[in-house]
Amino acid sequence: MNEEDDADRPGDMLTEANQRKARGRLGRDVQSKIGQQLRAMYDNVVNEGVPDRFNDMLRRLDEQKNAEENSNSEKGTN
Amino acid sequence: MLDPTLRDQMLAAVPSLRAFAISLSGNVDRADDLVQETLLRAIANIESFQPGTNMSAWLFTILRNLFRSEYRKRRREVEDADGSYAESLKSQPEQSSRLEFNEFRAALAKLPQDQREALILVGASGFSYEEAARICECAVGTIKSRVNRARNRLADLLAIEGADDFGPDHATRAILAAGGGRG
Repeated sequence: MNEEDDADRPGDMLTEANQRKARGRLGRDVQSKIGQQLRAMYDNVVNEGVPDRFNDMLRRLDEQKNAEENSNSEKGTN
Repeated sequence: MLDPTLRDQMLAAVPSLRAFAISLSGNVDRADDLVQETLLRAIANIESFQPGTNMSAWLFTILRNLFRSEYRKRRREVEDADGSYAESLKSQPEQSSRLEFNEFRAALAKLPQDQREALILVGASGFSYEEAARICECAVGTIKSRVNRARNRLADLLAIEGADDFGPDHATRAILAAGGGRG
């Protein structure tokens, strides 16, 4: 499977292509090692779950909205 | 009032939003501020979210845009001050005793912004190339190219060898790679 690897940088295409040819594509083991480390770093944070501040923030927003809606409906009945 | 289903979807996305934000900014406090601002924006603009579409991708898009505008601003400010913002990102000393993990984070921080986010979205967040392209508002081919470059650059920075018996010498590796194809 050949992934696209067009060069973004103008004027760099020839040397990029030559370098890539010389270097070769990354082997599967290198790719998988990078992938593993990337996911390990990422999952480290994901596994912390949802910090309280976000739950609190959403709850406060809800309470605020509810209070506003209640005061609005009270006005409506008067 | 925010629909409880949407609220739950937002909260469910928070852990990966934080992971994305931390890998973008390299700073937990800034990342959490970024996530909080993302949620506030999302709630304020909730009518533009189409129920049934991917909430997580929508939030990632908002967070990315916030980060980029903040990043540009910050880079300008700091560059005006001492012109070395980029340096501060790669200030981790290279010590063989350092955990591989820290080395990896430092290497990731050296990648150009575009490449880093593409690699994270595809390689860690689990988005498809198509979803990542929508989040980054670019072509699918561009995402693929950025991910490729990011991997190549990381491999160089970390001097990860394709096989144990290859030395760290790039020229040697290049010759071997050119002769042997992949693997």
